[in-house]
Amino acid sequence: MLPGIGQFLLVLSLLLAAALTVLPMLGYARNSQTLMQTARPLAHVLFITVMASFVVLVVLFVQQDFSVLYVAENSSLELPLRYRITAAWGAHEGSILMWVTVQALWISAVAKFSQSLSLSQISRVLSVLGLIALGFVAFVLFASNPFETIFPVPADGRDLNPLLQDFGMIMHPPLLYFGYVGLSVAFALSVAALIGGEINEQWIRWSRRWTNIAWAFLTMGIILGSWWAYYELGWGGWWFWDPVENASFLPWLAGTALIHVQAVSERKNAFRGWTVLLAIIAFSLCILGTFLVRSGSITSVHSFAADPFRGIFILVLLAIYSGGALTLYAFRANQLRSRDTINLNSRETLLLANSLIFITATFTVLLGTLFPMIFEAVGKKISVGAPYFGLMFFVLMIPMAVILPLGSQLRWHRDDMLAAVKQLLPYFIASTLLTVVVWLIFKPLNIRAIAGIYGGFWVLTATLGQWFKRPGRATAGFIGMSVAHVGVAVFLIAMSMTEHKDIEQDILMSPGITKQVGGYDFTFTGVDRVKQENYQAQQGHVEVRRDGRLITTLNPQKRFYPKQQMPMTEAAIYVGWSKDIYVSLGEAVNQEGAWAVRIYIKPMIRWMWFGGILMLTGAIIGLFSARIKRQEDKQRDHVMAQQLKLS
Amino acid sequence: MKKIVITLIPLAIFVGLLTLLFLNMGYHNETVPSPLIGKPVPAFELPQLYEKGTLTEQDFLGEPWLLNVWGSWCPNCLYEHPVVTDLAQSGQLKVVGLNWKDEFENADAWLKRLGNPYDTILVDYKGNVAIDFGVYGAPESFLIDANGIIVHKIVGELTPDNVQNEILPKLAQLK
Repeated sequence: MLPGIGQFLLVLSLLLAAALTVLPMLGYARNSQTLMQTARPLAHVLFITVMASFVVLVVLFVQQDFSVLYVAENSSLELPLRYRITAAWGAHEGSILMWVTVQALWISAVAKFSQSLSLSQISRVLSVLGLIALGFVAFVLFASNPFETIFPVPADGRDLNPLLQDFGMIMHPPLLYFGYVGLSVAFALSVAALIGGEINEQWIRWSRRWTNIAWAFLTMGIILGSWWAYYELGWGGWWFWDPVENASFLPWLAGTALIHVQAVSERKNAFRGWTVLLAIIAFSLCILGTFLVRSGSITSVHSFAADPFRGIFILVLLAIYSGGALTLYAFRANQLRSRDTINLNSRETLLLANSLIFITATFTVLLGTLFPMIFEAVGKKISVGAPYFGLMFFVLMIPMAVILPLGSQLRWHRDDMLAAVKQLLPYFIASTLLTVVVWLIFKPLNIRAIAGIYGGFWVLTATLGQWFKRPGRATAGFIGMSVAHVGVAVFLIAMSMTEHKDIEQDILMSPGITKQVGGYDFTFTGVDRVKQENYQAQQGHVEVRRDGRLITTLNPQKRFYPKQQMPMTEAAIYVGWSKDIYVSLGEAVNQEGAWAVRIYIKPMIRWMWFGGILMLTGAIIGLFSARIKRQEDKQRDHVMAQQLKLS
Repeated sequence: MKKIVITLIPLAIFVGLLTLLFLNMGYHNETVPSPLIGKPVPAFELPQLYEKGTLTEQDFLGEPWLLNVWGSWCPNCLYEHPVVTDLAQSGQLKVVGLNWKDEFENADAWLKRLGNPYDTILVDYKGNVAIDFGVYGAPESFLIDANGIIVHKIVGELTPDNVQNEILPKLAQLK
């Protein structure tokens, strides 16, 4: 009964999405107010039906309805309630349904918060968003239906993948989806603008907010993913340049380029074609990422069920959305010509440079991700590892850090480059001194670590200096920018320390043995067995002392989930202000209770994620810009006046 | 005209990328499920669930057989159990079970509860032989001819559909 309702709601959503795609666009083509006015109500109803089908799926999980294949494969009688709820989006089918739900939520939000757009604009935007929803609802229905039933009904389910029984993994996919889907708003705006052959500042200003929110979600999703990999995979790494990670990082990079270019194009008639193109690229990379994760085209440490039909389906969606948008771009972009000239000595130029650096980084990562595929196509197997990405990224991020303070120093429109450089001189001296001090304390440091720390201090001192020397009151835009840039600095310094000053040791330890690592004494007192809700674990005990004083006792676990026949490593981490102490269990070596124990000391790793949180906080603060609000209000009044005149 | 050429560049790059992705998918489709098809069964020596003594791949020469990988912990094995039973009772070929990553008590209880469709049950509790067979997960089934060559592989559960349209036609060709 219930699975049938879920299925029915999906079919209804498919029809609604089709209506949302066709009716408003038809209205635009025929200049029919009535048809265009269907856009907003359709958007809201679509959200209600999709949301309802998602709720049905959650209820099926809570009720342990194993007659549904997806529930039987991802839940079990012993699975705790909290994971039964989150299992709804734990595996492929449910996670795509969640994508659609989030998509519908955004469409509904766009319909609601778009008072400053004229009817002809919003109807086109919603129509494009409807087309995206249509494709993904069809994908759920025809290629990954979570409501498929099985008979006979199994007595018990197969249990949720233990890797996903964790807070970080519960939150990671929804956040990424909010980010992916959020970027579809800027994409829809670009396509709508290309269809009409016109775009203006006010329209870009409107889309900028959505981009900022999307980018903030994407950032949070990536931070959580990194944090999860750090404590859950038991290797102590925080970023692996794995294809699945890159899939979320690529839209982030393109999105970073986009939000910086939008800062220019919402102010003046410039970089319009570039803004439109970046928005198309950013969302295309979201779909490409989904394809890479779901098609099995690329081997990855993250194992997901790979299915060729699903891969083809997503590829077709990618071809329709991005191919369509880029075709429109090819023939219409010249109509969006930017009329304002850009002075070379201005903030605009530097923001353009920023976007070029980030888009180069995007393509570097994309190439590295796809390179193994190119070679495989000609019959060779190669792997592009972390060294390639690490080096390329280092090379690209140095110019980024170097020009960042110059960009925020220069004024809009026109400034004196030489004077700006002179004003940056004190920050240059301060950052040099700070870097020397750090080097004296922590030497030896290699060239990359020094460059990263130098770059971090350069951005930090300049951003703080500019903050205190600003003329007048700080606007939300300025506060947001400063906070985000301090985040960049914090990230650069912390990342350099974590990467180059960490200590990693694999030690063989018998009970009672004490080893010294990085100034701490680690005493292994043995392993015992514990039984939890749906797993058994061998739990080790390691006492950590500094100068004889007990700091903490760490209890790393080796878990075993009988249903899935899967072992899991659960690291134990002592979180400190300046460093993490990370202990995980390897293998039992002999009968006398000796174990291989991994001990890592990771300096400043928390600060690295904190830097990311500062960046996204900056993007959110930027939303409260009084200037943008003033202009939006003016525009809304204008639109309303227009509508009154029409009727 | 020149302007359009420039704005066409992103589309051209995209089409190239799409082609690459598509070709690469096809490449995977052909190779992923079937590295063992047409090759001899990997050598093994395994104990049996209910009989004493071990069996090797040599013991199965002389007639076509189906190796069905299952475990009592696997819900989809429960799902395919009636299909396996039907196929075994039809007497068209010998169905051999590979009890994978299981425990005797659980496997025994499972068979007692549902019935034992298998002619012989091999036991691979460590999963080493399953690795040689390239097993992704349970259930999986391998159709093997009288000379010990793997003819076909089904990933996932046996269904009336894939038994009718894949297993039985292949079997008919062997005879």
